[in-house]
Amino acid sequence: MDVATAAVEKITALFTDTVIGTQESCGQKFVEVQRDRIVDLLTFLKNDAELSFECLMDLTAIDGLNQGAPERFCVVYHLYSFRNNGFLRIKAYVPEGDPWIDSVSGVWKSAAWAEREVYDLFGIQFPGHPDLKRLLLPEYLTGHPLRKDYPLRGLGERDNFPRYVGGA
Amino acid sequence: MASQAWQHEGILTTKLSEVVGWARKNSLWPMPFGTACCAIELMATLASRYDLARFGAEVIRFSPRQSDLMIVSGRISLKMMPVLLKIWEQMPEPKWCISQGACASCGGIFDNYAMIQGVDRFIPVQVYVPGCPPRPESIIDALIKIQEIVEREGLKSRTA
Ligand code: SF4
Repeated sequence: MDVATAAVEKITALFTDTVIGTQESCGQKFVEVQRDRIVDLLTFLKNDAELSFECLMDLTAIDGLNQGAPERFCVVYHLYSFRNNGFLRIKAYVPEGDPWIDSVSGVWKSAAWAEREVYDLFGIQFPGHPDLKRLLLPEYLTGHPLRKDYPLRGLGERDNFPRYVGGA
Repeated sequence: MASQAWQHEGILTTKLSEVVGWARKNSLWPMPFGTACCAIELMATLASRYDLARFGAEVIRFSPRQSDLMIVSGRISLKMMPVLLKIWEQMPEPKWCISQGACASCGGIFDNYAMIQGVDRFIPVQVYVPGCPPRPESIIDALIKIQEIVEREGLKSRTA
C-alpha cells in the first residue's frame, strides 16, 4: 500500500469532521477538507512516524469562480514524504465572503513566503502568519490580480505614474 | 560642419553650437536599462562583432549621473517604472532616450495589469527600435538616428 493511500485512510478515520472527500487525478490522490482544522491535520501528516510528510513542496491557491466548486477559493498543500517517496495533496476550501485559513508557517517555515504570495495574488488571509504582507506586487496595489474577476488590464495601475516634466 | 576653413593655417571657423554638437554626438555615454531579453541583444551590439565603439558610444555607464543616453531594453513592470523614473531624473541634462524593442515601446505582447504600455507615456523617447528583439543592426541604426538628433541639440538650456 502506498503512502498516499495509507494517509487517506488514517486522516479519514481521525479527522471525520473536517474531511470532505478523496479523489484521484493524474495518479495522485488528493483529499478535500474544510479549513477549520488545517493546522492539526497537516501537523499530523508531518509528524506521524509512518507517513512523515516532512516536506511542504508547494502551497498555492485556486480561484474556482463559476467552476462549480464547493467554495470559491481552495488552498492547496503539496506534501512529500522522503521516507516513503510519496506525494499527497490537500485541498482546503475557503469561502469568498470571509477568505481566511490558518497559517501553517508554524509547521513548515517555508510556508511563510508561499502564504504571502497567496495573500498577494488571491487576497486570502492567514491568521497566525508572522508577517503577512505582499510578496511580489507593489504595496500600493489594492487588488489581488489572480482572482478571476480582476480585469486582465488592471484597474489603471499601469497608467498611474507621474510623467517626467522638464527637458527634451 | 566647417563653414570656412584655412587649412594651411590649421585654423577652422565654425559655430560653437556645432562643435559642441559634433563632440556630443561622437561620445554618447549610454545608460543601459536592461530588464529583459532585449538587453542580451544590446550586449551583443556592444561586443566585438557589432562593436558600438565604432560610433563612440562604447562607454556604458551604470551610473546615471555619468550618462546622457538612456537605452530602455526590455519590459518595464509596475515595480520597475518608479526605478526607471528615478534613474531618468538622475541623469544630467541634456539627455536622450532610445526605447528598444516592442516591450519598451508599447508593452509588446504583455497587455496586462503589470506591464507599462510604453515608456514614452512617462519619459520622453526620441527613437523607437521595433523588433522582438531588434537585431544589433537596428540598434546601431537607432544610435545613428540619435546622433543626428544630438547634433542638432545646440546650446539651448533645457532646464530654463
Ligand atoms: S521586445 Fe521581445 S525581446 Fe525585447 S524584452 Fe520584449 S519580449 Fe524580450
